[in-house]
Amino acid sequence: MGVAVALAGAAACGTAGPQASGGGVASAWIISGVTEKAFDNSFDAWDSAHPDQKFAIQSFANDPYKQKIRTAVGAADAPTLIYGWGGGVLRSYVQAGSVDDISDLAADPALKGRFLPSVAAVGQVDGKTYAVPNNGVKPVMFYYNKDLFAKIGAQPPATWGEMMALVPRFQAAGVSPFAVAGQPKWPLLPWFTYLVDRIGGPDVLNGIVANKPDGWSDPAVLQANRMIQDLVNKDGFIKGFASVSTDSGADVALLYTGKAAMTLGLPATYQTIKTGDAQFVADGKLGYFAFPAVEGGKGDPADVVGNPSNYWSISAKATPQEKQVARDYIKSNLLNDQYSADLLAVGNVPPVAGLDDKLAASTDPAYFRAVYDATAKAPNFQLSLDQALTPAQGDALLTNLQQVFLGQITPEQFSTAMNATIGS
Amino acid sequence: MTVSTASTPAPALVREPEGRPQRKGASGLLAVPALAFFVVFALVPLAGAVVLSFADWDGLGEVGWAGWRNWSGVLTDPVTGQALLLTLKIMVVSWLVQTPISLLLGVFTAGTQRYRALLAVLYFVPLLLSSAAVAIAFKAILDPNFGIGGAPGLGFLAQDWLGDPDLVLYVVIFVIAWQFVPFHTLLYQAGVRQIPTSLYEAATIDGASTYQQFRHITLPQLRYTIVTSSTLMLTGSLTYFDVVFVLTGGGPGTATRLLPLDMYLTGFSANDMGGASVLAVILVVAGLGLAFVLTRFSGFARMSSEQEGL
Repeated sequence: MGVAVALAGAAACGTAGPQASGGGVASAWIISGVTEKAFDNSFDAWDSAHPDQKFAIQSFANDPYKQKIRTAVGAADAPTLIYGWGGGVLRSYVQAGSVDDISDLAADPALKGRFLPSVAAVGQVDGKTYAVPNNGVKPVMFYYNKDLFAKIGAQPPATWGEMMALVPRFQAAGVSPFAVAGQPKWPLLPWFTYLVDRIGGPDVLNGIVANKPDGWSDPAVLQANRMIQDLVNKDGFIKGFASVSTDSGADVALLYTGKAAMTLGLPATYQTIKTGDAQFVADGKLGYFAFPAVEGGKGDPADVVGNPSNYWSISAKATPQEKQVARDYIKSNLLNDQYSADLLAVGNVPPVAGLDDKLAASTDPAYFRAVYDATAKAPNFQLSLDQALTPAQGDALLTNLQQVFLGQITPEQFSTAMNATIGS
Repeated sequence: MTVSTASTPAPALVREPEGRPQRKGASGLLAVPALAFFVVFALVPLAGAVVLSFADWDGLGEVGWAGWRNWSGVLTDPVTGQALLLTLKIMVVSWLVQTPISLLLGVFTAGTQRYRALLAVLYFVPLLLSSAAVAIAFKAILDPNFGIGGAPGLGFLAQDWLGDPDLVLYVVIFVIAWQFVPFHTLLYQAGVRQIPTSLYEAATIDGASTYQQFRHITLPQLRYTIVTSSTLMLTGSLTYFDVVFVLTGGGPGTATRLLPLDMYLTGFSANDMGGASVLAVILVVAGLGLAFVLTRFSGFARMSSEQEGL
C-alpha cells in the first residue's frame, strides 16, 4: 500500500524538486557522465561572457532525469532549456504546448547549416523545429574482435548470408559469434530495427512510427523476427544472453576477453572497451563495420539506426527574458568550436557540419571518422524505436521483442500484440 | 487500546464537581496530529488515485475523463491477471521458504553455543544492505559469463538465472529470502528468549528429547511470533518492488512483473497514469483484504500471553 500511496502522491502533486523556472534566471538540467564536462564548460564560458545572464545548472543521472523531467514539464516547472531525445516524448511535449516552436531560431543564419541535416531533422515535429542537437552522435554499428576474426580467417561480412555463414565457424573455434545484453531489453532493439530497415527499407519503419494501421504486420517485420529467432536457435548469441546486463559492461567485456566475436552497439561500446581494456584498442584489435545488407532487401546498407543526438528545447512556460537568454546561448555557444572539441575529447563525435580538421586531429581519427561518416552520409537515420514511439508503445515493444528473442512468442504473435498498441 | 469502563477501579476515575464520573485518559485531541498526517499523506492520495483511475492522463497536459475505460482495459489485460498470480505465488512461496529458515535460525541464535554471537552477526549482515545494492550485487554474481559460475569448480552455477522465464521467479524469491530472513530470524530469536527456561528444565527431567522439546514447547510458545512474522511477510510481499525492479525490471518478458512493478511501469515507463491508478487501487484493496483476513483469522487481535499458569 505504501507504493500505491506514493504513486498517487507523485501523480497528484508532481511539484517535487527544485523550482527551476521563475526569478528571471535561465536554467538547464544536464545529464551526468562523460559528456557533462563539455556542457559545464560551455555554460561556464557563457556565464563569464554574460555575468548578468548566468545559467542555473543542475546535473542528474540519466534514468532519474527522464522521470523527473516529465513530472517537471507536466507541472509547468521545467527548466528553461529542456534536455531530450526527440521522438515520441518531444511530440508529447509539443502536443501539450510545453515547448516553444524555434523554427525561426533554427533558420537564423548564425545557426543554419551548423548541424548535420539527418541529426537536426529529429528535432522537428510536423515540419517545425522544436529542438536543436546538443550532444555527440550515436549510430549503432557492429564492433568486432580482430584477433578472433584472424583466428578463423574471416573478413567483416557485407551481407546477412555471409554473417550467418560465420556463425558455425566461430562456434567450431569455441567462440560465441555475438554478445548481446538481453537482460535490459533495449540492446536487442537495434537488431530488430536494422533488420526491418535492411529488408523493407525506411518506409516500413516510418509507417510504424506514424501508427499506420497493421504497420507491425508488414512482411519485413515478420521476416526480421523470423531471422532473429533463426539466429537464436542456431545459438548465435552468447549462452545465457538473457541474463547478461549492461551494468559494469559485462556484455562488451565478452568481446575484448575473446569470449564473443561481435557485438552490435552504440559508440558507448568503444568508450566501455577503452575503460575496460585500453590496450585492446591501442593494439588495433577492435574493428567495426556497418550492419550488413540483407539479400534481396530494399533498405540501403548506408541507413543507420541509433540515437542521432540529444537535444535542447525551450520551455514554453519560461519567462520572456529567460527564453531570450536561452535563444542567445543557443545561437552563439551551442556546439561551437570549443564545445565540439570538448565532446571529441571524451569520445563523442559532435553532429556538426564540416568537422574534418578536428576529426583528423583526434585521438583515433579512423574510428571517429567512421562514426561521423556513418551519420553524415546516412540516407536515413532511424531514431531508436523506443524513443520514436509513444512511451507506452516503446515499453510494449521492448517487452514483446524480448519474448521473441526468448522464443516465448512467434513473430505473428509479436505483430498482433504490437498492432494492438496502435492508438493507445 | 482497550476501552476502560466505569467499572475500572478508582485511579482511572475522578469525581467531577457535577458529581458525574468521567473516564480520565489522554484527550482525544492528542490524536489530531497523527490523524492529520494520516489523512493528508494516506487518505487524500488514496482518494486521488481513485479519481485518477477514471482519468486519462499521460503526466503532461490536460487530465481527461476516461470513464470506465481504464478499468476495463486493465481488467481485460492478460498481464494484470498474470501479475496478480505472480504476486500470489511469490507471497506463498516466500512464506514457505522464509518461515522455516528464520524459525530454525532464530532458535539457533537464541541458544548459548560457542561462536553463536559471531554467527548471529554474520546472519544479520544482509539486513544492513540497501535493496538496490543487494540487487546489483546479485546481478553481478548471477552473470552467466563473469559471475559465480566462472569460479573454479562452480561451473554448474553458470545458469541462465535471470534470463530463463521458468527459473527467474525462484531466483527472485531466493534473493528476497536472503535479504529478509535475518529480520524474521531476529523476531524468532527474541521470541525464543522469552520462553521461560523452567519449561525446558521440566521437560528434560521428564526425559523429553530435543526434538520433542522443540515440537511441544518452542513451537507452541512461539505461536504469536509466527503470526506476527507471517503477517509482516505476507503483507510485505504485496509491496516487493525495489529488489525485483533492479534485479530483473519485470523481465524477461513479463516473467517477474509483479503487481507493484506493473503499476510502476504502467505509470512511469508507459506514462499511463490512469491505468497505473487502477492497479494502485487493486493493490490497496488486496492489501486491506489480506490484512483483514490475517487479523480476523490468525488471532492477531486477541493475542494473549502463552504463559498463563506459570
